[in-house]
Amino acid sequence: MSTDQKKIDLVVNSESKPYWEGAARGQLLIRVCNACGKAHYYPRTICPHCFSEDTAFVEASGNGVIYSYSVTRQAKPPYVIAYVELDEGVSMLTNIVDCEIDKIRIGQKVRVKFTEAGEGYALPVFTPV
Amino acid sequence: MGINGKSYIVGIYEHPCRAALDKTLPQLHAEIAKGALADAGLSKDDVDAYFCAGDAPGLGPINMIEYMGLNNVRHMDSTETGGSSYIVHVNHAAQAIAAGHCNVALITLAGRPVADAKEGKPVRYYNQQAPDFPFEMPYGPNVTNMYAMCAMRHMHEYGTTSEQLAWIKVAASHHAQHNEHARLRDVVTVEDVINSPMIADPLHRLDCCVITDGGGGIVMASPAVAKSLKRSRVKVLGAGEAPKHLAAGQVDLTYSGARWSGPKAFAEAGVTPADIKYASIYDSFTITVLETLEDLGFCKKGDGGKFVSDGNLISGVGKLPFNTDGGGLCNNHPGNRGGMTKVLEAVRQVRGEAHPKVQVRNCDIALAHGTGGLLGSRMGSATVILGNEDA
Repeated sequence: MSTDQKKIDLVVNSESKPYWEGAARGQLLIRVCNACGKAHYYPRTICPHCFSEDTAFVEASGNGVIYSYSVTRQAKPPYVIAYVELDEGVSMLTNIVDCEIDKIRIGQKVRVKFTEAGEGYALPVFTPV
Repeated sequence: MGINGKSYIVGIYEHPCRAALDKTLPQLHAEIAKGALADAGLSKDDVDAYFCAGDAPGLGPINMIEYMGLNNVRHMDSTETGGSSYIVHVNHAAQAIAAGHCNVALITLAGRPVADAKEGKPVRYYNQQAPDFPFEMPYGPNVTNMYAMCAMRHMHEYGTTSEQLAWIKVAASHHAQHNEHARLRDVVTVEDVINSPMIADPLHRLDCCVITDGGGGIVMASPAVAKSLKRSRVKVLGAGEAPKHLAAGQVDLTYSGARWSGPKAFAEAGVTPADIKYASIYDSFTITVLETLEDLGFCKKGDGGKFVSDGNLISGVGKLPFNTDGGGLCNNHPGNRGGMTKVLEAVRQVRGEAHPKVQVRNCDIALAHGTGGLLGSRMGSATVILGNEDA
């Protein structure tokens, strides 16, 4: 098992492409169902709540709180993986960046920022407010 | 149709090797099949059902049936739920036998991650077309940090401590000292665990299981076949299986799929957690054990830390002897898949054939539970309850 953070190319397919393009524009997109009104994460074409195909990307506020996290100490440099619960009520896997690692806490307020991922795409990550 | 009492485990085998540089993966499967059938007193021509999971190379059952020369197979199952697959297989084999689809079922697991790493082969394969892959892999999830986030959240909600988690490893090490094949045989203390290097907060090196080669096998049979054999029979009393995942973004890392697989198994077996004399609990990490014990009802949700402390899981000391072979934490986690060895030690306990230093007295009813995949995202949970002839 590798402990270093994988630097992999983004997987760009018909379901994920608009998400990466949104990130490149500085928007965190989540998928919402027009039939049942519920949001979900990760984004899917067919709503996992009600199975409707009437779903669309909408821009999230970009604000959330840390639900849980862990510091991968053996990686060089160590990095922080986390689930962030967005204000919209869904949680997403992400990284917490640009902060003192040892001061990170569950419940901490965070805000999205974007790191370049090449080829006109970007990756949403979070930083403490 | 229920499965209670309609099939028996009649043969088991745990491969003694922990590093398999001189063996191929199919060879390990075949050596295991041979060992399990010999234990049962059956031959390969008696096998009419074969079960394997994603560790079996090629098209799973097809290639392995050909390689081993299993010429009488009329029922196959390659259900893949990660490390819990083999407990699911016990359930499915029990269902197939109860339905009359087969009489003698063979289940095998083998793996050689240690040898593969030495040979420079990729450690783990993950399908880029998995729907979660694009949205998770860029962030560097690995096995340890994904379980670590569960521990972190459990600590936050319930006040669970690293010392409490350490007790789980301590108990496993007390058992492993008596297992000559165990990968780690030294008894460790709570201090040893919390002073070992931090891998992914809050999990230390000694909160993690071993990585080993080898594997194991199980032979199950109908009551008629089982009663014709000399070997002591272990009855399948009940089983349950359940997926658990991120629920479209409603993430809760404080429980596992055991919350659903457990009650189904208990209901079918007609027993309660208080009736369980021995429990094999999947122990990829210490936190896996703690959450599972709560979800199976051995203690209240949130009380797992207190429950596992002070040697409560040590055979002869505590109330719930667990993983008396040393478990994945100390003995064996072949192919990064620990479900098989969980069943094997539960069978030894019910047979009365565990090491005398760890054998539970009057072990008439035992439980084995598996957690496949990742506790921190998506998993396949499986529970089986086994008993002796009188159970």
